[in-house]
Amino acid sequence: MKLHVKNGRLVKVEGDPDHPISQGRLCIRCLTLPEYVHHPQRITSPMKRAPEDRGKDKWQKISWDEAWDIIVPKIKQLKKDHGAESIVVFGGTGRQACLYYYPLGFASIGTPNVCYPLSGWSCYGPRCSITDYILGAGYPEIDFAGTYPDRYDNPNYVLPKWIMEWGKNPLMSNPDGFFGHSLIDLMKRGTELIMIDPRMTWLGTRSKYVCQLRPGTDAALALAFINVIINEDLYDKDFVANWCYGFDELKERVQEYPPEKVADITWVPAEKIREVARFIATNKPGAIQWGLAVDENPNGVQLGHAILTLCAITGNLDVPGGITLGPPAALLGKWRMETRRNLSPELWDKRIGAKEWPALSTAMATTHPDETLDTLETGKPYKLRMGWFNSSNFITPTCSAQPDRWYRALKSLEFNVVQDTFMTPTAMAFADVFLPLPTFAEADGVVVTHFGRNAVFLGAINQALRVGDTKSDIEVCIELGKRLHPDMWPFDSVEDFFTKQLKPELGIDFNDLREQFVYQPKYEYRKFESGKLRSDGEPGFNTVTGQVELTSTLFEAWGEDALPYYQEPPYSPVSTPELFKEYPLVLTTGARKFTSFHSEHRQISTLREIDPDPEMEIHPDTAAKLGIINGDWVMMENMFGKSKARAKLTPIIHPKVVHATHGWWFPEKPGEEPSLFGVWEANINTLVPHKHIGKLGFGCPMKQMICKVYRIEEGI
Amino acid sequence: MSRNGLLIDYQYCTGCHSCEVACKNEHKIPRGKWGIKLTEVGPWQMEGDKWEWNYVPVPTSLCDLCEDRVKNGEKPTCVHHCLGQCMEYGPVEELAKKMAEKGKRVVLFAP
Ligand code: SF4
Ligand code: SF4
Ligand code: SF4
Repeated sequence: MKLHVKNGRLVKVEGDPDHPISQGRLCIRCLTLPEYVHHPQRITSPMKRAPEDRGKDKWQKISWDEAWDIIVPKIKQLKKDHGAESIVVFGGTGRQACLYYYPLGFASIGTPNVCYPLSGWSCYGPRCSITDYILGAGYPEIDFAGTYPDRYDNPNYVLPKWIMEWGKNPLMSNPDGFFGHSLIDLMKRGTELIMIDPRMTWLGTRSKYVCQLRPGTDAALALAFINVIINEDLYDKDFVANWCYGFDELKERVQEYPPEKVADITWVPAEKIREVARFIATNKPGAIQWGLAVDENPNGVQLGHAILTLCAITGNLDVPGGITLGPPAALLGKWRMETRRNLSPELWDKRIGAKEWPALSTAMATTHPDETLDTLETGKPYKLRMGWFNSSNFITPTCSAQPDRWYRALKSLEFNVVQDTFMTPTAMAFADVFLPLPTFAEADGVVVTHFGRNAVFLGAINQALRVGDTKSDIEVCIELGKRLHPDMWPFDSVEDFFTKQLKPELGIDFNDLREQFVYQPKYEYRKFESGKLRSDGEPGFNTVTGQVELTSTLFEAWGEDALPYYQEPPYSPVSTPELFKEYPLVLTTGARKFTSFHSEHRQISTLREIDPDPEMEIHPDTAAKLGIINGDWVMMENMFGKSKARAKLTPIIHPKVVHATHGWWFPEKPGEEPSLFGVWEANINTLVPHKHIGKLGFGCPMKQMICKVYRIEEGI
Repeated sequence: MSRNGLLIDYQYCTGCHSCEVACKNEHKIPRGKWGIKLTEVGPWQMEGDKWEWNYVPVPTSLCDLCEDRVKNGEKPTCVHHCLGQCMEYGPVEELAKKMAEKGKRVVLFAP
């Protein structure tokens, strides 16, 4: 990206036509960056507030030195009196926080309790963990020629014949390491799409097949595909014979999922299930791209297992035009891992939920999110006393289930620090010290796709300007770290820090990266043959059996079924028929829009002009029965909570399903309690229950709840 | 002298709004007005899995085809930033030829 700065102001943002992935294209969140950077409501100086004034707009600007003088002694005292584990670091998604909130917790503060407060850790983590258990590899991503400077024209590249989007709409959802509109590039070149989605999306109208399934029944559908592929003898015999473990058990298991039975469960016609299964098994190469719907499902581990199984038995793993696999060690991930050595084994053992949830805590270095809420509420096994919120605005309906319950529980914390760019509902409610963050235009850094777990490029972020007195995530890590754990932070500057990360792995320093701008690692296919998927260099996969575990040895050890199975959502027409009489619609949430990143961007007027209100989608026939017309304000309500939205009547949704957008708060409304920028008015996550998670600790029912809908007179 | 125009292959217009916002930035167009504005037709079901659902951006009288950028050898900003890469700028005769080759769901604007 090219940033034009004039007299200390960012005046223009322009895509870089030489960038191998974007070719100069930008979405509207980048295009409105100047508005964001210079927004009058940006917080650009550290601030403090007396604890008794929480929820009130009684902030006092302070210097960074004053901020450290408040924070550092407080942390030292808490550690001395109650142990470092009494401090919890909450991390948000996006921005650069994802790379730094673990080190911030482990190495700067010294606590084992780093928490991503999404019920069942239901974003990205489950997909990474499942891949780790089943394939022993980094993140599986469709091959979009991302590592080739000449992209699709590279002679080693093969175009996928098909891409199956499973619970994902990457055009809007800027997914971690994939440039969403690459899908359009591929479609223009001839790739066919298959959509697995409860809604007929715009992409669906340009797809070969659309399986419009009942929300949350995905695992049944995946098992039916496998059933057809195995029973009709369409699977890749070589790959299964040489590289897969537990095929016979799988074959037996999928007999329980014939297409006719699964059609009843999923609403997808049996004939279509057969056709799609045959199509993906007989056209090679092809790839499945899995989305958040895999994570936000208590049955999601089984779904993820079944999807990886489909990729494996159709012979599409780690082949050109199939599914690329990251090597076992993440690019630039070494330091992040090593920061844990700051914690003694005894301290590490105190991590919340680690013992209760061994599968989750083996794969993720965090607390168990739901256990963390329980700990806040009960003070067991010990009392949490301090919260550090890094770019996480989670009483807004972004990630936490029942944010109202978190809100009440968080009140018990004695001391809170919030890092963010704007005053958010979460910061207004809890911060004692507010530390302002720069945008990515305002600080040096690196960006690495898929957090290094299967990177197609590594890029330099160059500071173009700096508004006010902010500090970036890495600057805060270093400055706080030097005050509390100096041995962990032997870096003179941000530049020195990045150089020390880059040099050993890539042989370049930060300035080289800045000049080179984008570094694309070389990708190697068929690593399972060359031994590059395993740390011992042997051929195979980095799993217990050395093979793709169609039957999982680890799941069994953790008390879970070794094979994928289908389980009804916790609340549904089938599992709770009585409740469904009162709440007769299936509620799915969180499909994305171009105009926001979760709760971010609500104050950017150019974007609000495009999407002014929280929205819910409802079928015109259903709406007619309820006396709702397009644009009416409605309430969605169930046994856990209620939330307002503007009704959008659309035939793309099944008459028995409604969809609601997430991430809503209203920067234009009063910030002080009890309003907190209107955070409780359109808080769709209040309808999602706490701790309805899978057996391994992953998944939550954000996308498959039930509710009723009625028209209301007063909107927002 | 030949006229210039914008060719839009709306089979691939995803409705991302980048053209609208890029244009507003370049020409400092205030809220409520647009140099190019997205229209949406559909969605409705035709039969089975066949649906009609198209986005088509329509340039307004505020569109000067990015005269200044083009003079500097750059593309119009909407074309440059279009996520679907479905917009092309050039002389209408050339674009008309391309249009004929593309087949369905194409429109040519000479604003
Ligand atoms: S997805 Fe993110 S990085 Fe990409 S253009 Fe949009 S805001 Fe910028
Ligand atoms: S050509 Fe320029 S002025 Fe015309 S619509 Fe595109 S960006 Fe706006
Ligand atoms: S930028 Fe391109 S893809 Fe996006 S709305 Fe405009 S024409 Fe369509």
